[in-house]
Amino acid sequence: MKQRLITIANAAGVFVALLAIWQLVLWIFKVPPYMLPSPWAVARAVVARFPSLLNSFAITAAESAGGLIASIIVGVLVALFFAQSRWVRRMLYPYTILLQTVPIIAIAPLILMWIGAGTAAVALIAFIISLAPVIANTTQGLVSVDENLVNLFLMHNASRAQILFKLRLPHAVPSLFVGIRIASGIAVIGAVTGELYAGSSRVGEGGLGYSILYASSQLQTDYLFALVLAATVLGFSFFFVVMFLEWYSLHRWHESARAPETE
Amino acid sequence: MSAAPAVPQIEFANVTKSYGTGRLVLSALDLNIQKGEFVTLIGPSGCGKSTVLKLISGLTPPSDGTIRIDGMTPKDARETISFIFQDATLLPWRTVRDNVGLGLELERAASDRRKKTTAAVLELVGLQDVAEAYPRELSGGMKMRASIARALATNPRLLLMDEPFAALDEMSRDRLNEELLRLREEQQWTAVFVTHSVAEAVFLSTRIIVLAPKPGRVHAVIPVDLPFPRTAALREGPEFEALVARASHVLREALVQ
Repeated sequence: MKQRLITIANAAGVFVALLAIWQLVLWIFKVPPYMLPSPWAVARAVVARFPSLLNSFAITAAESAGGLIASIIVGVLVALFFAQSRWVRRMLYPYTILLQTVPIIAIAPLILMWIGAGTAAVALIAFIISLAPVIANTTQGLVSVDENLVNLFLMHNASRAQILFKLRLPHAVPSLFVGIRIASGIAVIGAVTGELYAGSSRVGEGGLGYSILYASSQLQTDYLFALVLAATVLGFSFFFVVMFLEWYSLHRWHESARAPETE
Repeated sequence: MSAAPAVPQIEFANVTKSYGTGRLVLSALDLNIQKGEFVTLIGPSGCGKSTVLKLISGLTPPSDGTIRIDGMTPKDARETISFIFQDATLLPWRTVRDNVGLGLELERAASDRRKKTTAAVLELVGLQDVAEAYPRELSGGMKMRASIARALATNPRLLLMDEPFAALDEMSRDRLNEELLRLREEQQWTAVFVTHSVAEAVFLSTRIIVLAPKPGRVHAVIPVDLPFPRTAALREGPEFEALVARASHVLREALVQ
C-alpha cells in the first residue's frame, strides 16, 4: 500500500514538472496563445465548455466501445473457426494480416460513401482497425494447447465440442485478453481518426476527433488541447477497464494475473 | 498375486510402428500382459517405451500387427483405461476438485455420482483439504497426486503411466511409489509403467521389460518376485539391491548392443 502511494506521488511529481516546463517554454519564447495555450488556459477551457466536452467524450466513447465489442465478438468467432483446421488457417490467415496493414485513413472515405457520415461509420472504422489483434491472439491461444492435454481428453472419448469448449477456449482466455488490450487502444485511436473524416452529420456537434478538427479551424487552441486531453483520458479508461476485467477473470488461476505483491 | 488367466489383458502380436517415412520406432513386438500385473518398461532413449503406451491407449495406431485389450481394439477399450502423463496435465483454470472430476464429466456421468466419486478419490490420495485450490498453489508432488486421483476416478481396469514421477525430488517420488502400490492393493488395476529409474522399476513391478533401441524391441524380461505388500523398508533389503544391480546391468547391455 505504501509502495503504491509512493508510485502515485512519483507520477504526480512528473506531471507537475511537465506543466512547469510547458509554462516556462511559453514565458521564454513568448509563444502566442493560438499556437500553444498555457496549462491554465486549457484548464479554463475544460471548465467553461465542460458540457460539450463531455458530450464529445460520450460520443467517441460509445463509438470506440461499439467497435471494440464488435471486434471481440467477431474476432472470437473467427478464431474459433480458424482453430478448426490448419488448412483453414493457411488459407485465411493472410487476410487477417491484410486487415492489419490496410491504411484505415485510406478506406475511411469509402466507408463514408457506403454508409454515410456519423456514429455508425466511425464505430465501423474502430471495429475494422481493432479486429486483427483479437483474431490473431485468440487463434494463437486456441491452437497452442499442450498435446498431452488433448490426449487426456481423447482418452475420455471427448467430443470435438468438448475439446473446443472445455479445453481450447478456456486455455485461450489469457491470449484473448492480450488481444483485447491491444485492440482497446487502437479502437479509440480508430474512432478519433475516423471522426476526422466521418465525424458528424450535424455541424458543430460530434465526437472528440470531429471537435478537434472544428476547434482547430476556429483557432480555439485551448479547447483543442482540452479535447486531446479528453481523448487521452478515454484511451486510459479503456485500458484500465480491460486490465480490471483481465485481472478479475484470471487472477485465481493464471500466473500473469498474480497480485503485484508476489512479484 | 494374480492367478494368471489364460487370456492376457494386453496382447501385442507382431506390432511394428514407424513414424513418417520409415523411421522405425518399434519392430515386430510381441507382448502379453496379464490381468493384475504391474509391468514396467525401461530402456534407453529412443527405444519406444512411450510409444508402447500410446499404442495400448489407441492414441496412435500401429503400422503393422494387431493389438488387443481385453479382446477389444484399443479405442474400444478406452473406457477401461486411464493414462497418467509425465506432467500432471491439470487444467490450470479448474480447482483440484474439478480437475479430478474431469473424466467423469467428459463421460457425462450423473452429477451425484460424479460428486461422490470425486470426493472419494480425493480422500484416497489425501487431497481432500486442498480440493478447492487451483493447481498453481500445489507442489509438484500434490499436482501428481491430483493427476493420479483424476485417473482413478473413472475406475480403470488398466493404468498407463508415462514417467509420472520423473520431475519430482527423490523423497516425493519414493512416497508416491509406496502410495501407488497401496492404491493398487485396494483397487486391483493392471499397470503399465514407463520410467528411467531402475530402483523405481524394481520397487513397483511384478515384471520389468527391458527394451533396446533403434529399432525398439524387447531385450530382456526380468521377473520381480519380491513379496507384496512392499513398504519403504524393502528398499534397504539385500534382495532389492541385488535386483536393482541386475536390472542395471541388463539395461547397460541393452544400451551397448
